[in-house]
Amino acid sequence: MDAAIKVQGLTKRYGTLTALDDVSFEVRRGELFGLIGPDGAGKTTLFRLLTTLLTPDAGSASVDGLDIVADYRAIRRRVGYMPGRFSLYADLTVAENLDFFAALFGVDAAANYELIAPVYRQIEPFRTRRAGNLSGGMKQKLALCCALIHRPSVLFLDEPTTGVDAVSRSEFWEMLAGLKERGISMLVSTPYMDEARRCDRIALCDKGRLLGVDTPQELVRSFDDPLYALTGPDLYGLLTAARRQPGVRECYPFGAAHHLVAERGFDPDGLLRALSAEGFTGVSIRPVAADIEDVFIKRMGHE
Amino acid sequence: MGGFWSFVKKETLHILRDPRTMLIVLGMPVVQLLLFGFAISTEVNNIDVAIVAPHPSEAVRQCVARLEANPYFTLRGGISGAEIDRTLRRGDAEAVVVFAADFDRRMERLARGEDGRAAIQLVMDASNTNTALAGAAYLRQALLPSRPEALSVETRLLYNPQMKSAYNFVPGIMGLIFIVICAIMTSVSIVREKETGTMEVLLVSPVRPIRIILAKMIPYFVLSCLDLVTILLLARYVLGVPMSGSIVGIVSTSLLYLALALALGLFISTTADRQITALIISTMLMLLPLIMLSGMVFPIENMPWILRTLSCIIPARWYIDAIRKLMIEGLPFAAVARDFLILAGMTLALVVVALKKFNDKLE
Repeated sequence: MDAAIKVQGLTKRYGTLTALDDVSFEVRRGELFGLIGPDGAGKTTLFRLLTTLLTPDAGSASVDGLDIVADYRAIRRRVGYMPGRFSLYADLTVAENLDFFAALFGVDAAANYELIAPVYRQIEPFRTRRAGNLSGGMKQKLALCCALIHRPSVLFLDEPTTGVDAVSRSEFWEMLAGLKERGISMLVSTPYMDEARRCDRIALCDKGRLLGVDTPQELVRSFDDPLYALTGPDLYGLLTAARRQPGVRECYPFGAAHHLVAERGFDPDGLLRALSAEGFTGVSIRPVAADIEDVFIKRMGHE
Repeated sequence: MGGFWSFVKKETLHILRDPRTMLIVLGMPVVQLLLFGFAISTEVNNIDVAIVAPHPSEAVRQCVARLEANPYFTLRGGISGAEIDRTLRRGDAEAVVVFAADFDRRMERLARGEDGRAAIQLVMDASNTNTALAGAAYLRQALLPSRPEALSVETRLLYNPQMKSAYNFVPGIMGLIFIVICAIMTSVSIVREKETGTMEVLLVSPVRPIRIILAKMIPYFVLSCLDLVTILLLARYVLGVPMSGSIVGIVSTSLLYLALALALGLFISTTADRQITALIISTMLMLLPLIMLSGMVFPIENMPWILRTLSCIIPARWYIDAIRKLMIEGLPFAAVARDFLILAGMTLALVVVALKKFNDKLE
């Protein structure tokens, strides 16, 4: 089975800054592939390279079997692209935007209605409203409809859930799962680690490099250090104190607690005793399963 | 090509939904034409004239009566020779006509062709040189209609004997308005797509971007044609420009100029990434030279050679020159063949350069 996207040693520099450094990975057909990383990781640059908006400085890549440099016109015909920021016409209505993008790809909006229907139904009540007056979540749904209207074989979604409320984010991922059922290959980027589990496979990226590519489950399983959650009344004091203790490799804030990465043979009770000797009371520690974020932080530290 | 018209429709909606754009596009020609035609007028009108006549003979009275009957002058009465300076300084009069004490005798001698000594002295308030020069010329004409050699020999008088400034401004305003609408507004509208990010989506599509951009230009072209009709009608029926030349020549030269302005807009949009940059480039590199050097305001003949040479690369110079010839001097189309060819050459060059520079990638 050939790949929907194949990236080999892709490198892109802006002057002295290397935005993307020797990146290689593959997205299989029908796969929902996530690109997870903070701002400045090079996600948008990668999207622009794969959507043929930029030319690479080194390496090669193909989308749907077509080379991003040599066959860029052909690629533009068959991919759907939703850029990071809202890129529709704010002064056109929902329906006008959709019709325009249908015309742009030379298709009839009505003919492809069934593909976008699950998404479009939710914004259809507002079809005469100007796109600029939609809520953040609805804007993204409209943008998804516009990117889908020509039945692309590969869909590129650059941070589609950034700046969208939690409920809309969750809805959006459900829609992507629905599109996957229709056999569309997707590359989605997000800065939110919690969204990684929604993907078939993910690539962790930071500062233009990939820190690992695998299924979320496998990546989490690869985390083989003992991991604990540490809580107490004085969280900040606890953080600095725990970092000084023997056997503690790393300790970092994680939601309402701290995650503590320990060396093998670490004794949690010994840590509690040492902390109480330093005057910390009400401290609790319990082993926890690793999360994608733990994997990310660990691999980032190894770079 | 079905897609092409939906792009045109989309661009039309952008324009229609932005009241400011509409106001500029449709209101500007009318306002500018009327403003330059009536309000900002360099034409000689209502000159206040005071008279110094030590010996008001019959001949003097006749001269004064001629001035009085002339609608362009307002008589402020007689003063003494000592009061001239004060009258002008206070602004009671802009011109003082001084009749010589022996006016009748001098006129008789002049009539016999014996002695060239002037019988009348004109003292003008020259703080506004234009009014002063034009006023002096006109006063001479009004006072001594029988002596045509006293008329001004300024070229403008040839075609504009009443010195109606509106005549001269109409071609200039046309040169300006079409640049604003076609070049500036289209370039800003193209660059807006880059700035808001919609260009990214447009590029990742089967449509050649250049086609999208051509579609963007069509509504602006149509609007400019609408403006052309408005301007021609206003010029003919409100400002009374004779339009004695070939109307086909005026329209076809204007259409060529529109194409040139659109190519200029495309060129600007290939060099600018932000709307504000496009605006600054347009204003500094196009609008200012257009106003200063095209002959719209300042006559090219009076410029130092370096500016005169520089003015040759300004398209509006050739357009304004052609329209002046066609509209005001009433010359046949053949008379503007050189202007027309220069404009055509510039258009071609701009299109070639802009298309070469146009990039369907982001870098």
